Amino acid sequence: MAADWIVFWVCAPISIGSAIAMLLQRNAVHAALFLIVNLFTVAVLYLVLGAPFLFAVQIIVYAGAIMVLFLFVIMLLGVDREERLVERLRGQRTAAILLGLGVVGEVVFAIRAGVGFSTRAPAGFGAANGGGNPQALGRLLFRAYFLPFEVTSILLMVAAVAAMVLARRRERPVASAERRAQEPIEPSEPSEPSEPREEEPVG
Amino acid sequence: MIRLPLVLFFSAVLFSAGVYGVLARRNAVLVLMSIELMLNAVNVNLIAFSQALHDLTGQAFALFVIAVAAAEVGIGLAIVILIYRNRETINIDEVNLLKW
Repeated sequence: MAADWIVFWVCAPISIGSAIAMLLQRNAVHAALFLIVNLFTVAVLYLVLGAPFLFAVQIIVYAGAIMVLFLFVIMLLGVDREERLVERLRGQRTAAILLGLGVVGEVVFAIRAGVGFSTRAPAGFGAANGGGNPQALGRLLFRAYFLPFEVTSILLMVAAVAAMVLARRRERPVASAERRAQEPIEPSEPSEPSEPREEEPVG
Repeated sequence: MIRLPLVLFFSAVLFSAGVYGVLARRNAVLVLMSIELMLNAVNVNLIAFSQALHDLTGQAFALFVIAVAAAEVGIGLAIVILIYRNRETINIDEVNLLKW
């Protein structure tokens, strides 16, 4: 019982610290690396909270796939572009402090109100986890939540197709198809990325 | 077993950090990363309640949240690349086409 307490108190400060370091970091690559640290420590917290399957999923999906995607895009768009963190709104600082204190009070109140949940005996989670956590989770997913599971798979497929469509080179599909049909040998256009700018309305 | 309020405080702090990132940062990629932070805080909450209530439903929902987050990152980064290609910037203050 004491071990998970120690793990929590080691991981939670690292997690919060890396999250804050990520937010204060000007360099996007460093921010991404801090986010990876944060995701790893949160994954360890999943383990402590009795979700070993989600621990593995978190590391594979988040720290593996999603962060690689982030780093890829950051490298693609150029790493040396820094941003100013100074706010330009007037009176923003005092309003932020006041509203932030309000949120802190609210959270403390809400958690104090929900404290009764934690007084239950920890027995019974083993029964829910019968046969191992991944097996129990699989049973739950494929019986009670089968339809949402399938909808999620459709969502992922739609997202993959949409990402490809969005990030494709922007040329008019019909016109270019006609052009290709008319003249099969077409020289490549090196100045293409700046081309779609012209058809964009001025904001 | 870690007491539930402790975990809830932790995830509230994580979520607030994510909210700050979404509101204060101007780099679109960093805004997306802050959204990931918020989704992670939600996952921590779901899993903590799953443990406290002895019910695996919270973990199933956390799994759905992870899947939706993956889809969201894919679309979001595609949009960021598209914006960069059209405007040569990913500063979200300058991308104000939909701003009233």
